[in-house]
Amino acid sequence: MPERRYLIASAVVVLLLALLPLGGSRYAVDVATEVLIYVLFALSLNVLIGFTGNVSFGHAAYFAIGGYACAILLTTYGWPLLFALPAAVVLAGMVAAVVGYFCVRLTQIYFAMLTLAFAMLVWGIAFKWKEVTGGDDGFTGIKLPAMLAHHTSYFYFTLAVVAAGIAALWVICHSAFGLTLIAVRENSVRTGFIGVDTRRMRWAAFTVAGTFGGLAGALFGMYHRGMYIENAYWTESAQVLIMVLLGGIYSFVGPIIGAAVLYLLQVFTNQYTTYWPTVLGLILLVIVLALPDGLIGLVARVRAYRKAWQRT
Amino acid sequence: MTLTMFTLNAFYGLALAMNMFIIASGLNLIFGVLRIINFAHGMFYMFGAYVTFTVTKSWGAPFFVGVLASAASLAVIALVIERLMLKHLYGKEHLMQLLFTFAIVLLMSDAAKMIWGTDQYSVGYPPGLGGAVNLGFVVLPQYQLFLCVVGPLIAIVMWLLVDRTRWGRIVRAATQDREMLAALGVNVPMVYAAVFTIGSALAGVGGALAAPRVALVPGMDATIINECFIIVIIGGLGNLWGSFLGALAFGLVVQFGTVLAPNWQDVLPYLLMLVVLIIRPWGLLGRPETN
Amino acid sequence: MLRPMLRIGGLWKAFAGFVATRDVSLDLAAGETHAVIGPNGAGKTTFFNLITGHLRPDRGSVSFEGRDLVGLPPQKIVRLGIARSFQRINIYPRLSVFENVQVALIAHERQQWNLFRPGRSLHREGTLELLELVGLAREAAETAGELSYGKQKQLELAIALASQPRLLLLDEPTAGMSPQETAETIASVRDIVKARGLTLLFTEHDMAVVFGIAERISVLHHGVIIASGRPDAVRNDPEVRRVYLGEHGHG
Repeated sequence: MPERRYLIASAVVVLLLALLPLGGSRYAVDVATEVLIYVLFALSLNVLIGFTGNVSFGHAAYFAIGGYACAILLTTYGWPLLFALPAAVVLAGMVAAVVGYFCVRLTQIYFAMLTLAFAMLVWGIAFKWKEVTGGDDGFTGIKLPAMLAHHTSYFYFTLAVVAAGIAALWVICHSAFGLTLIAVRENSVRTGFIGVDTRRMRWAAFTVAGTFGGLAGALFGMYHRGMYIENAYWTESAQVLIMVLLGGIYSFVGPIIGAAVLYLLQVFTNQYTTYWPTVLGLILLVIVLALPDGLIGLVARVRAYRKAWQRT
Repeated sequence: MTLTMFTLNAFYGLALAMNMFIIASGLNLIFGVLRIINFAHGMFYMFGAYVTFTVTKSWGAPFFVGVLASAASLAVIALVIERLMLKHLYGKEHLMQLLFTFAIVLLMSDAAKMIWGTDQYSVGYPPGLGGAVNLGFVVLPQYQLFLCVVGPLIAIVMWLLVDRTRWGRIVRAATQDREMLAALGVNVPMVYAAVFTIGSALAGVGGALAAPRVALVPGMDATIINECFIIVIIGGLGNLWGSFLGALAFGLVVQFGTVLAPNWQDVLPYLLMLVVLIIRPWGLLGRPETN
Repeated sequence: MLRPMLRIGGLWKAFAGFVATRDVSLDLAAGETHAVIGPNGAGKTTFFNLITGHLRPDRGSVSFEGRDLVGLPPQKIVRLGIARSFQRINIYPRLSVFENVQVALIAHERQQWNLFRPGRSLHREGTLELLELVGLAREAAETAGELSYGKQKQLELAIALASQPRLLLLDEPTAGMSPQETAETIASVRDIVKARGLTLLFTEHDMAVVFGIAERISVLHHGVIIASGRPDAVRNDPEVRRVYLGEHGHG
């Protein structure tokens, strides 16, 4: 069980979000929906990066597979959401399992490159398979069930699904499995010598990450009523990677903060200037040169600094 | 496919491969010594192409001056980046270094937008290299012939530099054991700065040489960096001849792929990388990283 | 002896032409305390790595309780009942002392596949027990990397013991320790080994330690075992004296 104060804080956040449609504008609700989706996406990636220590450059692949699969099942095949959503998530997980099998044979930069290769392959398939995915034009006109058609109801749906997803990821990351993943990250040789098959653990982490990434993608596609091939391109993978790093990879909550901050910052910046890349680049420079542990690390450092200052 | 078509395609493939090799060899060199994957390498290539455009089209200078200008300007940019910021990141986590190079990409891409705008440009073939050579059964364009000469030339020069000179020996030692090198009194920071500068200048030269062949558009950096990654991964990270082989494989596969399987041409390079990595996980001439 | 617990026959290992292990054979009886000594570079750590699956021998056999170990990955060998410590400290420096041992206990019970039960609450008593055994109970909450060298070595021992081994391989357990730390460590090791009925195979430089607790000694020189037997026999072996007194002066 998480500490009381975290439970209370989470409950407060969920409550505030639930009240948002009553007080906030349509725009605020839309932004909140998208932030929630990216939060889930970032958390899923951090299972790989933060907990297992394996950096993936191709996480958008599972986001895209989840999104496209859900979209296609709902629209082209007329499946009810109750079946389409889980099926899409399972498919994303299965692809992650297959891809992960090959990727975990490598480590570090080679691992990262292979994840990129597979992701671009997924992109290529989405691009070429025009009849099914819509190719360059994207897959548009996704049919949502009537009760989710309104933006407020979709917001609550997203809030519920993302909250459940975060809870599940929390349990997984704090389980014995999660602790062993951390051991794999910290010293994989040692972890082999205590009887753990580190390759299999990394494979499992990869699959978990892909599964929840697919869930985020499904929510994304339905929200936008469309999936586009840009969602499988490596720039989407890079964006979620930056979200994770901005927040801080060594804590569970870091990616949540990172995703929210980055998305909101982007929305804000785009209102005033077209030079968002410069802003993002400067943010990255700050992180890299001054804040390697991300914003969470900054908080920790400020706390430690205050404690030391109080002692004098 | 007729002999003519085959030869012509093989030739175009080789020329593409040589251009790609020049670019990728810089990325490979930087990784081999500094252990950093420079995401900004594609952006350096783009700047190289644009500088050549400005020098030749806007200022009317000859093509080779453009190439020199590209090499020089990228060398300066790289040196400034390395001395001011990158050097603080040696020894830090790889992820931080990667993010840094990505930040450079973002900043340079907006800089390019400010300097050159978002229009598409083109650089024509330089006079003297714009024609073709008639071999009877096939007519080969001169510029591609030029690339097929320059590529191997640069490969051999690099190989000689790394294998036969004292500087090369230092660079090779730097890939094995940096601390030992510093303990032996070698100015390691200077070696690093030199390697980063030369590697980036190669990207600039590669961009300059590519300028007559390709359309100069924003986003050309993204395509190129992906392709460079594929090449160095296929060849084996850190291996010079690996990059050469990787570039050859890439060039030929892409060229013949465009002709024989036009629907799949965007995906072919990634398929190639997949196949190679599944058979030889560390690349054709690569070896597992020993920490 | 009755069927030996660990039987090594004709082990060979070469690295690019340099032969690190040359036709090494050794039998270890259950419950025995056996020291492998030899000058630096004799190949002691390579020998250990060959047993624990970190390296694969070019030739020869290693069998533990009748099971062939050659070709098995380290995690499988650990599960068969062999644990080791490392010459260069190999712990989790950024985790707490407590977590270092806890993770090993979780792995031993195969609970690393449990995606539900919170990791932090598992094996709390078992972890504390082991920490008390090696004298680190008070440091449980500290970051492992900040411990003194001697305490980190003790932590290594605790992690190894967490895998409930029947055979314990300790690679230079007292390296870099002061005389007092050495005495404490060795006393602790001897007590643990006796209490748990472990078989102990260790390498050492400190001859006082070796002759203090070893029941049998093997001497490794340039990858070859030049003598093996009871301490007195080894001490008086002319070949051993030549190798050692020519280089060290301890004896």
